[in-house]
Amino acid sequence: MSLAELQNMFLSPELLERYGPRFIDGLLVTTKLVAISFTLGAVLGLLIALGRLSGNRFLRSFTGAYVYFFRGSPLLAQLFLLYYGLGSFKGFWQDVGLWWFFRDAWFCTLLAFTLNTAAYQAEILRGSILSVAQGQREASKALNLSRWTTFRKIILPQSLLVAIGPLGNELILMIKASAIASLVTIYDLMGVTKMVFSRSFDFQVYLWAAVLYLVIVEIVRRSLKFIEGRLGRHLQ
Amino acid sequence: MHAQPAYVHNPVSPVTDTRKVVVDIAGLNKYYSAFHVLKGIDLKVHEGERIVLCGPSGSGKSTLIRCINRLEIAEQGRILVNSTDLSQATREAAQVRSEIGMVFQHFNLFPHMSVLDNCILAPMSVRGLSRKKAVELAQHFLEKVGIAIQANKYPSQLSGGQQQRVAIARALCMEPKIMLFDEPTSALDPEMVSEVLDVMVKLAGSGMTMLCVTHEMGFARQVAERVLFLDGGMIIEDSPPEDFFNAPKSPRAKAFLAQIVH
Repeated sequence: MSLAELQNMFLSPELLERYGPRFIDGLLVTTKLVAISFTLGAVLGLLIALGRLSGNRFLRSFTGAYVYFFRGSPLLAQLFLLYYGLGSFKGFWQDVGLWWFFRDAWFCTLLAFTLNTAAYQAEILRGSILSVAQGQREASKALNLSRWTTFRKIILPQSLLVAIGPLGNELILMIKASAIASLVTIYDLMGVTKMVFSRSFDFQVYLWAAVLYLVIVEIVRRSLKFIEGRLGRHLQ
Repeated sequence: MHAQPAYVHNPVSPVTDTRKVVVDIAGLNKYYSAFHVLKGIDLKVHEGERIVLCGPSGSGKSTLIRCINRLEIAEQGRILVNSTDLSQATREAAQVRSEIGMVFQHFNLFPHMSVLDNCILAPMSVRGLSRKKAVELAQHFLEKVGIAIQANKYPSQLSGGQQQRVAIARALCMEPKIMLFDEPTSALDPEMVSEVLDVMVKLAGSGMTMLCVTHEMGFARQVAERVLFLDGGMIIEDSPPEDFFNAPKSPRAKAFLAQIVH
């Protein structure tokens, strides 16, 4: 097999020229989808973690049930429930003025991903908050620091150092799980790949997709390592 | 041994002491679920008084001093600190903590902050000092405990003795009127005990009101005006150190001293 044939098999210039830009678009959609849902999920997750740790029994059981549901059922099922399930109450959403949101696959996917990752991140954060030594809280009390200052300056920085590894793991899982969005008409990286395959019938585009996912994950992995080093500089 | 303190040792009977009472505890009872850890404690601490609390483990001495800054809340009884009632969860009761410094067995420094940041956080955040003022204050106290040149290091880069001295400086930066020490040398390697005790001796010489839970009997002899011996949640003896060490009244104190003084 000549080199040109080999190239044609795995990285055909002709295919690349015709569909390359679409892959870039898909890549951007995937990045945007994961970045937004992961960030919103972090905020929601932190609130849920605090709810799980709160002294209020109602808050505790509500957030507990939330985590139980979203970790216990498939992301795909959650997405379909939102997009097809809630999307079937057109009249109701029109009445409350939210139809623009629930008829749009993009918003529904963002919502489903956010709600799902929030549950996982909440558990990660809860565990990491609990891992901060009790003495740190006692020292903060003895210095008369307010609860807010204690949380923001003492507990959170120390728990984030513990959480960053598992959070990175969750982010990587989300990047790969985001391929599910392609099932509700989103042209993310996987959506584009499916579309291009259905036109070209050339399996190499799936290889492209795999490599591109790998590249994103690698970038994320390196950034996390950097952040971990920064947060943990007192340990060196 | 340690350097001699700069003050004149002059024990005063707690009954005839005319100094202002800064901590007034009456009928204090505290339970850890079924365990009755403090059984009707009465204690008056006068301004500038140096008290050492000792006793076997589980006798309630740590719990007692932790009640004084509300790290533990007692079920029954009354604690007045500078005439503020701590048994009520009022704003004044919470404020009292600013007047009480505490040093822990395990230092409890904030590991992710430099020594300096450990010292300036509370003065800035609680007392509202400017950064400049807080840094000046921190440098002053870090110098007193002999850590000034390490101000930009992280706690993990210091030895145990140095960390405990930072913890003392951090507490002093709040300019408290009372200092509580909860076994400050128990977690230290033997060769680091004296550097921490020296700082405490110096602090005692400056007229600070101090309550120390410690088994350093040399320190107690040298610095304390009163030694409280606790056992089973009660204050069994309350006497000047020479009386306590030379002529302990209760058999339990005798047994305790026999065990720790070799």
